[in-house]
Amino acid sequence: MSEFINSYLTVLIINLIAIAWLIFSIIKNKKKTGESLKIALKTFIKTLPMIIIIIIFIGFLLGFLPRDMITNIIGQQTGIPGALVTAVLGSVLFIPALISFPLASSLLSGGASIMSVASFITTLTMVGIVTLPVELKEMGRKMTILRNLFSFIFAIIIALIMGVIL
Amino acid sequence: MNHTVTNKQNEKIKQKKSLIRDYIIMGAVLAASTIILAIFPDKSEPVLTVSKNYFLELVMILPALMIIIGLFSAWVPKEFVVKHMGKSSGIKGTAVAFVLGMLPTGPLYIAFPMAAALLKKGAKISNIIIFISAWACIKLPQELVEIQFLGIKFTLLRLSLTIVFIILMGIIIEKIIDITEKKNIKPEKIFTVWSKDSRNPG
Repeated sequence: MSEFINSYLTVLIINLIAIAWLIFSIIKNKKKTGESLKIALKTFIKTLPMIIIIIIFIGFLLGFLPRDMITNIIGQQTGIPGALVTAVLGSVLFIPALISFPLASSLLSGGASIMSVASFITTLTMVGIVTLPVELKEMGRKMTILRNLFSFIFAIIIALIMGVIL
Repeated sequence: MNHTVTNKQNEKIKQKKSLIRDYIIMGAVLAASTIILAIFPDKSEPVLTVSKNYFLELVMILPALMIIIGLFSAWVPKEFVVKHMGKSSGIKGTAVAFVLGMLPTGPLYIAFPMAAALLKKGAKISNIIIFISAWACIKLPQELVEIQFLGIKFTLLRLSLTIVFIILMGIIIEKIIDITEKKNIKPEKIFTVWSKDSRNPG
């Protein structure tokens, strides 16, 4: 029940922020508001395919994969090796953060541990194998290697601490 | 002038192509999943129920989220970020790097050229690392989605730990780069130097 309230509270807050800011924007500057809505629509069109694919994927993940299997690979008793599996997955995959949260929550309800889910989200956002070429070109080899290496290590430490506390 | 114009056009064509590709993939996934569910009719009920629930949860927040992202990019231009990152230093510089990184101003690959430009302008390495990392993993509107799906406790704990470790990482990388630059060591040797150094601090 409290979870139910919690999730609708977030929905309410997000929508209130959007509406309040939109009204403020319309009063202040109509042209800029038009621009913002255009960007909003473009962003929506751009992310829609990914969202639909992830939603379908989550359905199949929870509908087809037996709960035991997820639990055996990245469940509570797998400990650090389980978190390492998701850390590698998170580093290699390129999923927008926005969509990674529903995916992470589906893994949780599928039997994954908090530790694995935390390491998945943190490496997904901080370590970028796919964006590596751009980073190398702009930031140089030294900084790129160091940043990704430390991000990977710290992501696992963050996940460990979260697994202990939660 | 002409050169930049054609570059922009090329960029637009590229984006359009990848958009079309994404929609084709979506169509293929939809078709494939329909076929699979037709083969396993007993699975179709649990799969569709789960997908429907996640879909409904996303539909309630996505339009608002997109509007917030749009408002942000129209009201907080990228030039603003560059202007404020360059001159601040110390704790204030770190805070500025965090806040500016957290604003939803676009995907990560936009942050790299900005960070490179800031580095040339003389911004501190630690702040650059903090800026990139905050940009990568603490985006304000996205965090609302994290609360929605993973709960406030999970989100707040992960965020505060991430902030602490991002600062730590900025400081460590700055130290490593300072040391290696002084001794003029090639990148391949960084890690051996670093492990020696951590054994005998000072």
